[in-house]
Amino acid sequence: AMLDPDRGLSLTIARVVQRLQGSSLHSQLERQARVSLHKPEIKLESLKEDIKDFLKTSGWEKKLQNAVYSELNVFPWLCHPAAPPEHIKEPLAYMRKAQGSWEKRILKSLNSMCTELSIPLAQKRPVSEQKELLNKWNEMGTDEPDLSLFRPVYAPKDFLEVLMNLRNPNYENGEQPSFRNHLGLIQVPLNVKDISELKEDFSELGLNIGQLGIDDSAQVPPEFFENDHVRVGQKVLAEQDSAAAQQYVRQGCPTALRADLWALILNISNQPEDILYYEQLKSNVIQHDLLVDSLIYKDVKLTASNDDYYFVFEDYLYQVLLCFSRDTSVLEHFTYSSATPPKSYIQGKLGMEEYAVFYPPNGVIPFHGFSMYVAPLCFLYHEPSKLYQIFREMYVRFFFRLHSISSHPS
Amino acid sequence: FRIMAGKVKWVTDIEKSVLINNFEKRGWIQVAENEDWNFYWMSVQTIRNVFSVETGYRLSDDQIVNHFPNHYELTRKDLMVKNIKRYRKELEKEGSPLAEKDENGKYIYLDFVPVTFMLPADYNLFVEEFRKNPSSTWIMKPCGKAQGKGIFLINKLSQIKKWSRDSKTSSFVSQSSKEAYVISLYINNPLLIGGKKFDLRLYVLVSTYRPLRCYMYKLGFCRFCTVKYTPSTSELDNMFVHLTNVAIQKHGDDYNHIHGGKWTVSNLRLYLESTRGKEVTNKLFDEIHWIIVQSLKAVAPVMNNDKHCFECYGYDIIIDDKLKPWLIEVNASPSLTSSTANDRILKYNLINDTLNIAVPNGEIPDCKWNKSPPKEVLGNYEVLYDEEMAQSDGPERDLRSRPGQSTGAKGNRARDVGKPVLTTWK
Repeated sequence: AMLDPDRGLSLTIARVVQRLQGSSLHSQLERQARVSLHKPEIKLESLKEDIKDFLKTSGWEKKLQNAVYSELNVFPWLCHPAAPPEHIKEPLAYMRKAQGSWEKRILKSLNSMCTELSIPLAQKRPVSEQKELLNKWNEMGTDEPDLSLFRPVYAPKDFLEVLMNLRNPNYENGEQPSFRNHLGLIQVPLNVKDISELKEDFSELGLNIGQLGIDDSAQVPPEFFENDHVRVGQKVLAEQDSAAAQQYVRQGCPTALRADLWALILNISNQPEDILYYEQLKSNVIQHDLLVDSLIYKDVKLTASNDDYYFVFEDYLYQVLLCFSRDTSVLEHFTYSSATPPKSYIQGKLGMEEYAVFYPPNGVIPFHGFSMYVAPLCFLYHEPSKLYQIFREMYVRFFFRLHSISSHPS
Repeated sequence: FRIMAGKVKWVTDIEKSVLINNFEKRGWIQVAENEDWNFYWMSVQTIRNVFSVETGYRLSDDQIVNHFPNHYELTRKDLMVKNIKRYRKELEKEGSPLAEKDENGKYIYLDFVPVTFMLPADYNLFVEEFRKNPSSTWIMKPCGKAQGKGIFLINKLSQIKKWSRDSKTSSFVSQSSKEAYVISLYINNPLLIGGKKFDLRLYVLVSTYRPLRCYMYKLGFCRFCTVKYTPSTSELDNMFVHLTNVAIQKHGDDYNHIHGGKWTVSNLRLYLESTRGKEVTNKLFDEIHWIIVQSLKAVAPVMNNDKHCFECYGYDIIIDDKLKPWLIEVNASPSLTSSTANDRILKYNLINDTLNIAVPNGEIPDCKWNKSPPKEVLGNYEVLYDEEMAQSDGPERDLRSRPGQSTGAKGNRARDVGKPVLTTWK
């Protein structure tokens, strides 16, 4: 049955309101509204309109707009109200099954490494070790732990193999090698956009529209496109409008504005409560040692730090990834991801749900190359909590799709 | 049309593959030093012999060498500083706007070398300066050594008692040049990236000093310290924190032999644009070009501008946290050893482009040529400063396109020309 658009819209509004209710933005808006009562331009007769105007001119309405825009971007909004939660994760049964088997394999690999090395999945750090880690928090790259016994849980090529072996059971491809199954690594029939749809979606790449990277090359006078585009970018930043920023960067992002524009698009403002949250994650890292920490160290040493060109921000990678593993807010993204976080049980309580925990706490097991998701961001952001938030937001919006089996159109 | 189109005969006393491969790929023929040669890539010891009064010999028109006879005017730390100081005083005397000073008596445009004194000659002057800033740190460098050898940091006068000139015994002891040191104010606020200190190594080719013609190699690089920078006094002895010479860093615990702790200059540029903005980045690179040209102008009057010579210098520059570049030293024999594969490729290409400019068409050279290579052979070099071109063109040419502008996408188009352009680039 076709979803009634009005009903869909009101459901979406209800969901967004529910998500933003009780958030710190909500309480700040309330506080601002209350504070505005002291202002002369707020009159009792037109209280509602005057407060609305005030929120508009003071930029608070824009902040609310950005928050709503963010919510709409992250959660799917075109789903049938009767759809079961597993369909929101992944509508196709065979893909759900494939993802499930893949997850079983990963968890088995992790558990067997754990048993072989008889290292617990998690343990509390002795106080002396806590002190030591705190002291070298800014230069964990100089640490040389013995990682020879650890191996990555899986590598991208393993995942590629799984993707190549995906088959839709409803699709008769035949046993015989044919023209159809000879072409391409991926053998599942997914509906993708055709040329005319792509042309519409990516209209900003049209020949008559300026693009940074092309129309700002050395031979092109900057008056033709570059200067104006940069000016518009500065204006977009001044307005602090997330949706406008996202539209703006379709024509390219000036290098000097990139860090701020991306933060605006992702609606990251690094508020004091965000910094506090990061510090709490950091103290979790100090207090508890997780097995996945060694996987992270190993990955960083094998990939980001193993490049021909010197990667100078190695230390930042640990400061982000170790905290990321402990961030339970990341679990939220599993509602719309086809993946499911692995569960672990307190020793001796296998199968008892009340003793189940997600492992790692954020439900994401790092694989070979995972640190490369963070590496490019280190060139833009140097304040640890901001870098952390940008990465986390990028992960829960985009990167998680890069290593899960799903039919999602993006 | 050449009548005598023979192959170039080459000699070298530096056994490095990046050199030899370049000679061989041009089909040049290796000969011995005592034979007839056209091209000699020599070490600095050899150039001294070739041009010395006792052992020297005249070079013929078809012979080229890779050093100027008295390159040490630029490449010895004490002489470089001496020449720059002299140059500044001369400009001041003739009332040039370049020598303008600010309210604290510092040169606005020509303050690019950290305060430096020769020891033991200027010991007393140094003490006077030291006492003005007793908490400052100074770096002691032997005049005649390279690769970071013999360098140490001090923050107390007692640490350099040996060089004090007050003792009566020292005035009659002839200090051999090996014991001569320079002491410079240590830049303790370097620009840090990822918390680590780095310096810039840029290659500059000079084909003639009068008129000055020099080229900047676009593919310079940054050399990082592998350990986090800390200005604390307890770390003064830890040379791995302070010195960026690859030779020193190679022995640090953290040195990864896969990468040599290097970044390309274009990486640095991209990074600075992203984090500091385009204008200040362009300004920084403009200033770097400026100080290199000024250093060459400073020594040009005293250089023996022998027509048989060209030279490829390795400039070491440090950027402080206010994005001001400082000239640390100039090397006449930049290392041709490669620490990584990328390094090897870079140095190979450097030699290749250098030879294309210095030995036109790879043919037997003629020293009487005008040393004006066509644009196509520059390779990764770009013109940094061409005195002849700067003088022949009118003022309009200067404002539109200052020679040797940056390698960035837009070069100098919308640049703020704060400096008096008409008089500076001529």
